[in-house]
Amino acid sequence: MMCKSKKKKDSKHETNFMNSSSAFPDEVLERVLSMVKSRKDRSSVSLVCKEWYNAERWSRKNVFIGNCYSVTPEILTRRFPNIRSVTLKGKPRFSDFNLVPANWGADIHPWLVVFAEKYPFLEELKLKRMFVTDESLEFLAFSFPNFKALSLLSCDGFSTDGLAAVATYCKNLTELDIQENGIDDKNGNWLSCFPESFTSLEVLNFANLNNDVNFDALEKLVGRCKSLKTLKVNKSITLEQLQRLLVRAPQLCELGTGSFSQELTCQQHSELKRAFNNCKSLHTLSGLWVASTQYLEVLYPACTNLTFLNFSYAPLDSEDLSKLLVHCPNLRRLWVVDTVEDKGLEAVGTYCPLLEELRVFPADPFDEGVAHGVTESGFIAVSEGCRKLHYVLYFCRQMTNAAVATVVQNCPDFTHFRLCIMTPGQPDYLTDEPMDEAFGAVVKNCTKLQRLAVSGSLTDLTFEYIGRHAKNLETLSVAFAGSSDWGMQCVLYGCPKLRKLEIRDSPFGNAALFSGLGKYESMRSLWMSDCKVTMNGCRFVAQERPRLNVEVINEEGGDDSRAERVYIYRSVAGPRRDAPPFVLTL
Amino acid sequence: MENSLVNHETELNLKATELRLGLPGCDEVNKLQCNFSILRSNKRSSSEISTEVDSMSKSKLNTSNGSEITSHDDQDNAPPSKAQIVGWPPIRSYRKNNLQQKKGESEVGMYVKVSMAGAPYLRKIDLKFYKSYSELLKVLENMFKCTFGEYSEREGYNGSEFVPTYEDKDGDWMLIGDVPWELRIMKGSEAKGLGCF
Repeated sequence: MMCKSKKKKDSKHETNFMNSSSAFPDEVLERVLSMVKSRKDRSSVSLVCKEWYNAERWSRKNVFIGNCYSVTPEILTRRFPNIRSVTLKGKPRFSDFNLVPANWGADIHPWLVVFAEKYPFLEELKLKRMFVTDESLEFLAFSFPNFKALSLLSCDGFSTDGLAAVATYCKNLTELDIQENGIDDKNGNWLSCFPESFTSLEVLNFANLNNDVNFDALEKLVGRCKSLKTLKVNKSITLEQLQRLLVRAPQLCELGTGSFSQELTCQQHSELKRAFNNCKSLHTLSGLWVASTQYLEVLYPACTNLTFLNFSYAPLDSEDLSKLLVHCPNLRRLWVVDTVEDKGLEAVGTYCPLLEELRVFPADPFDEGVAHGVTESGFIAVSEGCRKLHYVLYFCRQMTNAAVATVVQNCPDFTHFRLCIMTPGQPDYLTDEPMDEAFGAVVKNCTKLQRLAVSGSLTDLTFEYIGRHAKNLETLSVAFAGSSDWGMQCVLYGCPKLRKLEIRDSPFGNAALFSGLGKYESMRSLWMSDCKVTMNGCRFVAQERPRLNVEVINEEGGDDSRAERVYIYRSVAGPRRDAPPFVLTL
Repeated sequence: MENSLVNHETELNLKATELRLGLPGCDEVNKLQCNFSILRSNKRSSSEISTEVDSMSKSKLNTSNGSEITSHDDQDNAPPSKAQIVGWPPIRSYRKNNLQQKKGESEVGMYVKVSMAGAPYLRKIDLKFYKSYSELLKVLENMFKCTFGEYSEREGYNGSEFVPTYEDKDGDWMLIGDVPWELRIMKGSEAKGLGCF
């Protein structure tokens, strides 16, 4: 191994080694550095000196690119020759909410073409918000003989045909993880494409695909993949089928159940119970799409070691959730739908003292008055019982300043605080005041706060608080908030670690935009849509900061002077060469 | 020219407290594109106004069953409804589609484009969610950060720069509130524009 790495070095490198006053041989340095995993640490390492920079780049196996347009595949492969795993994020996050038109970009294909040449030994690809076609998936399957792990989240452009290509040709595949994508779900045939000789699968997640798969093929696949640790099936799998899968894979650590609804005979019921009983290693459970809650109790024996329960697609009520949570004392992460209501959240507070993360999703985000959902009481109840809570995503219809203040007093360790009061601009429902004090309390109490999403009626005061107190804040999401440019200025001046700022429908204009001129190059990106920024304002930023890409998306027929949607990000790649006509690079 | 809206006026029960923009049992309801616009009320002549709205795409709304209407007063205390603003609440499409499938409810909304004079960006709202004009107006006021002032039958909207209007099926520009709350859903192909001035 040492000889190999020596061969790869160019002569200049060897000269440096010879002349180096350091007594530390490069091979040793590289070996040591290969154990440095943290991105930030590796970055620091590369800045120490030229030898360390080189040792780091040769020894690096994984690379994470938070914005695919910040760098080109050519620049990447030139610097890092030995990459085995690439994580790429593409579109701005608000594209998840339809704020970015289709065909915006973030096509994976040009990357794959370069990787096929420079990283033929590529093993892992994790993509988020990228555009991926079936052709690209086929190209992937053919180009990388050692390819092992594919993870797609919030991507679009492909169909189940692409998955079929991966299943057919990736002989060494260990992971196929398909989550919440805009996939053209044609049929379930892809699953039958895994050859009978194929046994290497460790992770299979097709929970978010809807069509039936050939159960026989699935059962055999699960049976012969002895290293299978994660299996997340889709709604089409019945309870009886689930039982048969569990019998073949009692070693599972992560399970996504099917629909969990079916009428079972007594025998089937006890067989199912036994199957779950035998799953001693389960730490993550998800699914329960339809959940005839009749059979929830079969889960109880498997819950003792559960650390992550993802019921974000299971509309359970408070009673069912409570009965289940009694058996989950080790729960660290819980995702639920707000059908569990405040009572369900009280149960969370009571039975899950080790909880660190809670996400509550709305069952009826657009409904009127029929759905109750959760309120400030549920939030408080969780905070009282779960003092270690540090991550919350909470969709609700009403909130008060006092409640949020109580929550953060109970749980001062929040690193991620995402509160979504679902009616835009809604005040404290008891006092009718803005929600400024709520978020003020959050930033004052939670000194470790990294990510914040605000909502409700908010004036500039909220942003004054954020600028003054949120010294570790890295990501801020703002919608329908603020009173003037001053608000955004406070954040730009006050938050030294800010990396991502995304704002929609808020009264921030050019003055606010300009306040960040000294900051944008130290950030990953800025998104502003439906604010008060103008084209001239954007042009000014582009002019003053040539190392930023300043892109504007304008709808047809709009006012030419307005910049409806602005996306500003640092890049060493220069302006996009693949921008569609509706994206104007200034 | 028969104005179907005027015909319905006499048949409607003004005491009904609940407005249902009920989708008919038939499956012909399509997602329609309509336009509202909020223009400055500078007491312009109608010809000026119509040129401004010319550029908007047109569609008509028409329900096949009559909807009940409600008097404006009843709804004044209702909280402003959640406008179905694009991308709000911030939930991924996959989740949205999944919820709606589960409910088995008809997915069709009555989407209307709303534009405001002087503001370049169009917004989209789903009329399905509003029970009365005053609810709709509160939401539009919120969305565009403007006020329409007090409505009276005689004087229209008093005390504000902005006036909400729509274009009825005959191409006439109507002040929101002039006829009782009533919309009918028709085939998209026969739809015509709603605009405000």
